[in-house]
Formats: sequence, structure tokens, C-alpha cells
Amino acid sequence: MGRTLNAEVGKFKLGDRVTVKFEDRPGHLRTPWYIRGKTGWIERVHGEFLNPESLAYGRDGLPKKTLYLVAFNQSDIWGRTSNADKLLVDIYEHWLDPASN
Amino acid sequence: MARGHHDVGGLPGAGPIDQTEHQLSDWEILADAVNQALGAKGIKRTDEMRRAREEMDSAAYRDMTYYERWIASIEAILIEKNILTKDEIDRKLREFDAKWGEP
Amino acid sequence: MTTATTEHGHDHPKHELSHCARRIYAIRDLLLEKGVITEKDIQCQIEYQEARSPANGAKLVARAWVDPAFKERFMADPKAVCAEMGIDASAINEFVVLENTERVRHMVVCTLCSCYPRPILGRPPDWYKSFNYRQRSVVDPRGVMREFGLDLPDDVEVRVHDSTADMRYLVLPVRPAGTEGWSEADLAKLVTRDSMIGVMDPLPAISE
Repeated sequence: MGRTLNAEVGKFKLGDRVTVKFEDRPGHLRTPWYIRGKTGWIERVHGEFLNPESLAYGRDGLPKKTLYLVAFNQSDIWGRTSNADKLLVDIYEHWLDPASN
Repeated sequence: MARGHHDVGGLPGAGPIDQTEHQLSDWEILADAVNQALGAKGIKRTDEMRRAREEMDSAAYRDMTYYERWIASIEAILIEKNILTKDEIDRKLREFDAKWGEP
Repeated sequence: MTTATTEHGHDHPKHELSHCARRIYAIRDLLLEKGVITEKDIQCQIEYQEARSPANGAKLVARAWVDPAFKERFMADPKAVCAEMGIDASAINEFVVLENTERVRHMVVCTLCSCYPRPILGRPPDWYKSFNYRQRSVVDPRGVMREFGLDLPDDVEVRVHDSTADMRYLVLPVRPAGTEGWSEADLAKLVTRDSMIGVMDPLPAISE
């Protein structure tokens, strides 16, 4: 798929470990509360999309943001699973930091 | 701030999934169609509708049915964009009450 | 209103409608009076929605099961393949097919609202939009699957997708055992809507 293999799009690559920012601000935010502050890895680079945080207020959604499929171990999010189950969330680049470890 | 009332992933206290399905009423089909028609004409975006539902009164958000929330957000966005006014809608409703009787 | 709604809608006598339900009639009348939308615009949308159903997805899945080259193209560019099959998926911004295997099962939810691949599958079921599903699927997907009759062993990986953006996900379920040589039409009958959301597997092949 063109988007996934395009290494030029966005600052994160497949496999990069990322931490979701813990931000708490007003507005139309599409990063669920339960995933904020959690660490996972880039599973897919979806490509660039208009920013819903701007579109929601009748603005033009520019500049576009790179959208990623970020995968997490369920055990890392809720702390009680011991199996290999995963949770995958579509997250915009401005919500992600490189994981520090 | 704090999490929005729509941001429910992982919240405790959820019960079994009720798998019964209901046939849509005419008013629900109409709400769906009006929403889609407004979108097709570029009058509103889905993102604006979602934001309107996030801005609703939280108790109303939990108590209303799915399409009732859609109607509330359609109304909020049309008023916000000065396409309709609340007065016009209320006046039209009073006409209906006169025509059909009170609900 | 139209044949579409009278066939499929449950019509309340007007005096029984709640104030909330009446509001959409008021809004509709005002929008028509002001020329913001037309009756035809509304009717078009009703017909568009009526034409969309899980049968579209079932058709795609059944063909993917019998034709490996088709499956590869379907996974690589689902929108283009839909167009080939006469399924209008143009309203989906981005479409991703999630392939189940014996070792992996996918499940799709939208915890923030109720995003769903409507242009393919039609309207989502009530339960998909419910708070219980939205709350539980990310934290207890196996419990949700058990309610739908799917009890997975621990060595099968469950992958839950929360569709928070413009991607719309469709699960490509595992082909049931004992269906070798079946026609696409018969295979499609095993592909339930719920198996394409991922809360259950397709129906088993039952030999008559």
C-alpha cells in the first residue's frame, strides 16, 4: 500500500515506539482518554488527513496531520491481562512523542 | 477539564450487550437522511456534529436515544451557522401541537 | 412519505411523537421552506442508505475466500475492489480490511461515537452504538465475544481496533471448515454482519 510504505510521510516509521501525550484541553479531541500517556508502537502509517480538531469548528482542517495506527499491548493499558491481546488506535502525529526508554 | 461524556472507552460499570434491534421509526430515518443531505451539500461536516454532541448537556447525552442526539446536534449546528433560529423551530413545533395535539 | 419509509419505517401517528422526534419534522419543514435542501435531496439519502446492507460485505468476503488473487487485491485496495464489484464505497475516506486467521481475531469499535463502514454495511446495529459496547470492547473484548457465542482460547490473539479517525475497518473472517467447493452465493450466507464487525466468527457449515 502506497501510504504504508511511503517513508517520507510523517516523522514516525513502522515499529517506532511512541508515547501518547497526556493532554487535557478543551476542543474536539479524537484521542481517547484511556490511551493518553500510554506507550505502544507504530503499526501502520495511514497518511495525511485534515485535522478534525479544526474541522469541528468550521475551520479548514489545515495543516494536514499524519495519522498512524498505533498498537498497544492490552497488558500495558489496563494492567490486568496476561495474554498477547492488542489494542490499536488511530492517532494523529501531534499526539505522539518518541517513547523514552 | 476532564474526559468528555462521549469518551467512554474503558469506563467501568458497563453491563451485558443488549442485542435486540429495533426497526427505525420514520422520524429516525428522516433524521438520518436530513443529516446526510446537509453533509452532501457541504452545509455541515461530521466533525461539527460530533463536537455538538460532545457539547451537549451530559445528562441529556446519556438519556437520549441515538437519533435523539443526532436531532439535537443537527439543531445546534444549524442554529450556530445561522441557518435556522431556535424561535423558528419552536414556532413550527407549536403549529404541530395545534395540528396534531400535544405529545 | 415514500415507499422506502413505509416499507421499512415504523410509523407513529403524529400525535404520539415526542417533542424531540417532532423537532426533526420542524427542522425538515423549515429547511425545505428556505430551500436549504430539497425533498429530492432527502429522498436520495433514504434510497442510498436502503441500498447498503451487510450483503455487500458478505459478497466481498465470499469472493475473497474462493479467489486468492482477489483477496490480495481486496486487502491492498479495498475501495477500488468495491468499485469493481459494483459496491459504491466512495463515501469512505479510507478503508482497511483486517484479515482474521486461526491465530488472530480482530474486533472493531468506535468508543468516541459510532463510526462504522456504513457505505458498505449500511447502518450499524443498536448494540454497536450502545454505551456498554463502547465501554467494554476495548477492555474486555473476549467477554463481549463470549456474549456473541465466540469463546477463544488464550493462544489466539485478539486485536481490537478503536476507529477514532477517518479509517473504516472491515473484518475478513476465517472461512468455515467443511466449505470446500461451495459456491460464492452459499458462502456469502455464512458471512454475518457481526462476523464482519468481529464479535463473532461466521456461521458454521452445516451439512444437510
